[in-house]
Amino acid sequence: MSVGRFLRSLRGLSLSGRIGLGLVLFWGVVALVGPMLAPHPVGAFVDRDVFGGYSSRFPLGSDYLGRDVLSRLLSGARYTVGLGASAAIAACMVGTGLALVAALGSRWTDELLSRFMDTLLSIPSKILALVLIAAFGSSLLLLMVIAAFTYVPGNYRIARALAVNLNQTDFVVAARARGERATHIALFEILPNMIHPLLADFGLRFVFIVLLLSALSFLGLGVQPPAADLGSLVRENISGIVEGAPAILMPALAIATLTVGVNLLIDALPRAGRR
Amino acid sequence: MADASANPYVAVSGLRVSARRPDGSDFDIVSDIDFSLARGEVLALIGESGSGKTTIALAMLGHARNGAAITGGSIRVGDVDLASLGAADLRALRGNRICYVAQSAAAAFNPARTIMDQAIEAALVHGLMSRAEAEAKAVGLFGELGLPRPESIGRKYPHQFSGGQLQRLMAAMALMSDPDLIILDEPTTALDVTTQIGVLQAFRNVVRRRGTTAIYVSHDLAVVAQMADHILVLQQGHIVEAGRAARMIEAPEQDYTRTLMAAAHPAPSVPERGPAADVPLLEVRGVTAGYGRIDAAGHPAIPVLRDVSLSLQRGQTLGVIGESGSGKSTLARAISGLLPPARGQVLLDGAPLPPGLKGRTRDDFRRVQIVFQNADVALNPAQSVRQILKRPLAFYHGLRGAAADARIAELLDLIRLPATIGDRRCTELSGGQKQRVNLARALAANPDIILCDEVTSALDTVVGAAILDLLADLRRDLGIGMIFISHDISTVRAICDDILVLYHGHAVEQGPRDTFAEALHHPYTRLLVSSVPELRIGWLPDAGSAPPLPPVDESGNAADLCPFLARCDTRVAGLCDASFPPRHRLPTGNEILCHFADEKLLPFARGNMGAA
Amino acid sequence: MAASPDAPNNGGRRLALMILGRIGASFVTLILVALVVFVISSLLPGDAAQEALGQSATAEQIAALRQEMGLDRPAYERFATWAWGMVGGDAGQSLVANMPVGDIISERLPNSLLLAALTTLVAVPLALGIGIASAMNRDGRLDRALNIVTLSMVALPEFLVATLAVLVFSVQLQWLPSIALVPEEAGVAELLKALAMPVAALAVVVMAQMARMTRAAIIDQLDRPYVEMAVLKGFSARRIIITHVLPNSVGPIFNAIALSLSYLLGGAIIVETIFNYPGLASLMVNAVTSRDMPLLQACAMIFCAVYLALMLIADVAAILANPRLRNQ
Repeated sequence: MSVGRFLRSLRGLSLSGRIGLGLVLFWGVVALVGPMLAPHPVGAFVDRDVFGGYSSRFPLGSDYLGRDVLSRLLSGARYTVGLGASAAIAACMVGTGLALVAALGSRWTDELLSRFMDTLLSIPSKILALVLIAAFGSSLLLLMVIAAFTYVPGNYRIARALAVNLNQTDFVVAARARGERATHIALFEILPNMIHPLLADFGLRFVFIVLLLSALSFLGLGVQPPAADLGSLVRENISGIVEGAPAILMPALAIATLTVGVNLLIDALPRAGRR
Repeated sequence: MADASANPYVAVSGLRVSARRPDGSDFDIVSDIDFSLARGEVLALIGESGSGKTTIALAMLGHARNGAAITGGSIRVGDVDLASLGAADLRALRGNRICYVAQSAAAAFNPARTIMDQAIEAALVHGLMSRAEAEAKAVGLFGELGLPRPESIGRKYPHQFSGGQLQRLMAAMALMSDPDLIILDEPTTALDVTTQIGVLQAFRNVVRRRGTTAIYVSHDLAVVAQMADHILVLQQGHIVEAGRAARMIEAPEQDYTRTLMAAAHPAPSVPERGPAADVPLLEVRGVTAGYGRIDAAGHPAIPVLRDVSLSLQRGQTLGVIGESGSGKSTLARAISGLLPPARGQVLLDGAPLPPGLKGRTRDDFRRVQIVFQNADVALNPAQSVRQILKRPLAFYHGLRGAAADARIAELLDLIRLPATIGDRRCTELSGGQKQRVNLARALAANPDIILCDEVTSALDTVVGAAILDLLADLRRDLGIGMIFISHDISTVRAICDDILVLYHGHAVEQGPRDTFAEALHHPYTRLLVSSVPELRIGWLPDAGSAPPLPPVDESGNAADLCPFLARCDTRVAGLCDASFPPRHRLPTGNEILCHFADEKLLPFARGNMGAA
Repeated sequence: MAASPDAPNNGGRRLALMILGRIGASFVTLILVALVVFVISSLLPGDAAQEALGQSATAEQIAALRQEMGLDRPAYERFATWAWGMVGGDAGQSLVANMPVGDIISERLPNSLLLAALTTLVAVPLALGIGIASAMNRDGRLDRALNIVTLSMVALPEFLVATLAVLVFSVQLQWLPSIALVPEEAGVAELLKALAMPVAALAVVVMAQMARMTRAAIIDQLDRPYVEMAVLKGFSARRIIITHVLPNSVGPIFNAIALSLSYLLGGAIIVETIFNYPGLASLMVNAVTSRDMPLLQACAMIFCAVYLALMLIADVAAILANPRLRNQ
């Protein structure tokens, strides 16, 4: 799919799709440049009050230690979006790569890979992530790997179904009858026809991973202090719930707008792309 | 229509059905449609895809598909105008006074419910009769339409029936309410030709006996000539010509009608046969192929093709004909190496080819090209026409850059497409254009042999006829050998030098084209040839002239007997149900797989097994 | 098509074989899952003996404990012992609480099941209702509105739902307790009041997914020719959906329900944590924090077994509902 065609498909978006696109772009920009815009240093105790309300100095109030919520949010978004995106990219590349190997390889390769992925799929993703964290710990890199590993099987299943279907289409059979090698068939005949549905799947994986990582951080098992993603922000301010402090509401809302935005955008993409 | 009675029973005037494009503008699918029909008459709507025939048929039920709407005119049936009715009133008419028989009964029956449930549902919902009455009536109709065991088949599910039986069941379902009007939407198009003839007979019987008023939609003039009192020819949403069936068939007035008639029966265009070389270009020797585990004797668990041999000379065309499931596509796959034969050999210029893809050289691949039936799926939708043609040029001939571009221009010229089409994606092309590109991709290899698998079957007859012309020219100009696989004997007869008839994976008859005009044939070939509807009124014999064959006792091992035994009207007890038939050469020169080789094979000579 | 007298009997046997096959396959998967869980949780840097004794322990102490815990035996032997213990209900000794894992779990499991059962009662009918209503109004205003709502609900983090619920119902309105502590001798009314918010929060999460999948399963059928045929036989939309489409979409709908329900045990982690509800999921989180591997393994196996059992039930139900498979 060319970039031009992709842009053209964006022009026909429904209202909800445009809202989704807006939210996705917004968080993308925040993740890139957000920390530079932070009005206060991320770790500085700047407010004498804790759980302060909305004010001109602290637009989103202050947290349980009197730090600026907006600044912490801007930096937390980078962790959430960055970790989520890199884990989703890794999951989709590995999943799709293995799917192509399975679809075009020998029956044994397919059987073994699919069995293994089915086994991983029957472990609920949060449970799998928890076992992995218990075993390996939760540094940033490990978190990324664990999140990616957890969602490889889901992407593999979708990609393999697509690849197996495409592998039986007449144009692939024609390529095989022409004498083409498996790698040419995988990369030039099959993969280009999977891009569109895979893009939608990538979006979904991203949403799942962001929710998973936020949940882990919320449980204290994810991003470890002093680094803090949006989920950690919710956790550390949980005692503010009884007074409805912006310090707990805002990060939670931030995650919600990010994931809902991606979902709205995927849902509005042209139907042909989502089989 | 001029000759319908003064107070017609069905009258449509100024009918227009419109739909909305993605960009928001409206367009008419059909417009200015006028016709009328007297009670008890059958009107046929004829046209190619996109002619609007099904749209009109559905409008007769007040229905329009996919967001289209009836936007003008009146549709009067009896004394109601459907165009003015609300949803509830329309519902009360549908399945009650006006009934519909769909094109593919296999898809139009609900897979999760029994036949009886579905047959009587409309009668019950519309409150026409009690359940017991409805079931009794359904059983009667099942019998009337020639279905076996009418009392008990209602308990079965749709997947337990064959296509022909489902089509009959659907007609029975439509007749439950004794409707004022019945719409038959291409009801036999999906069927094999030998199945179609029986279904047509059954339809005509019930329609005549009950004096049903019907609208019959079809693309096939010959089929329609057997059913209809009136014919209406449509093209791109407009009426081209209308009139009494006999007049339309015998003296069509419009060019388009004549084109349609000509395309349905392509004129032979076979060049003189050259001298046969000692070593044939392609030879297939005793090939058995199929799926599943192959046993020690070389028989696959699910055999599709059994012991098939053929040979093809340079520049010649061999037609392979058979019904769905006969193994004709498998033959092409076995030759090309996609499905390695379990037994037998494929030889190219006398040298055996490796059975599968593995071991074949790039030149082996180049020399044998395969063209698939459905160009919609045979061309990669992610590529442009140029990319599609470029690959074989680079792959086989190492052509790149300007040389490749020049060759692509040549190829496009050869298949008579404008050079500008190169940058388009194949998803933007018409069906005929796609099929030409599909062909050009094979030609780009400079092949010796092209295997054409049903290349015209998915196309409208006129478009298909143009592809056939193109194939004939290519073969004359380039001297390519061709295997032309088809289910349509008239197409095969038009362009092939030799013909091979496949039945259940066996080559039951093979020989030169000319002999297929004679009378002496394998019983299956005879059935096949006689089942192709002819474009004359009164061709379809009345059902009942030949009583149905008694079923064969299938307790023995059917694989060891004649594959055609169950359907053969020439079979002889003690012989045909005892041993596998030998290959015989007929006096005409054709080789057949049958116990007989004499006048017993002439039409209407019946074996003593059927009479017993 | 010849209907021999023994056909139904034969079909019944094939059906039974097919179902037995599925059950067998589920068991194989469960064993493989056990293997994966065991392998991952045994890959600890250092081992449980080291963990239990801390940094100051001497090599002898560790070796002694290793022997006591059986860690010196080969891995496959340990796996076999462990897996066999799980089958017999003996999940080993908790490293942290120093009591049998089985006892800890049997204390928590009923709580989790209660929460899951109540949520099922709320979520399944609602989800089916929303899904069917959406499908019947395909691309209509109601469908589009429900689409946005369920789409957003699917993407909401659970802690946002739970926090907002607490904020509204306990902080602002003060109707419900913010902590789901169920007293020993609680009456039904008290119980429901205590569990209302956790149930609601969980229901929101699983309902949306179930409703979307139900809608998709129905919509998938709506373009089939048999639906148009039913329209052309003059049936109402309600009749078409209920008597024609639903029988054909039970398979995917059962699957959707099973998938969502499987979430109710393991997925309740956040909800249990926020409402301080003593369920199995929060037990597992504790096991992760304290690296109590036997407890962790046991919890993980319960969640996987429940998932597999639910999928199996949905699978068998779909087979039984399909006449093609029922009547070969």
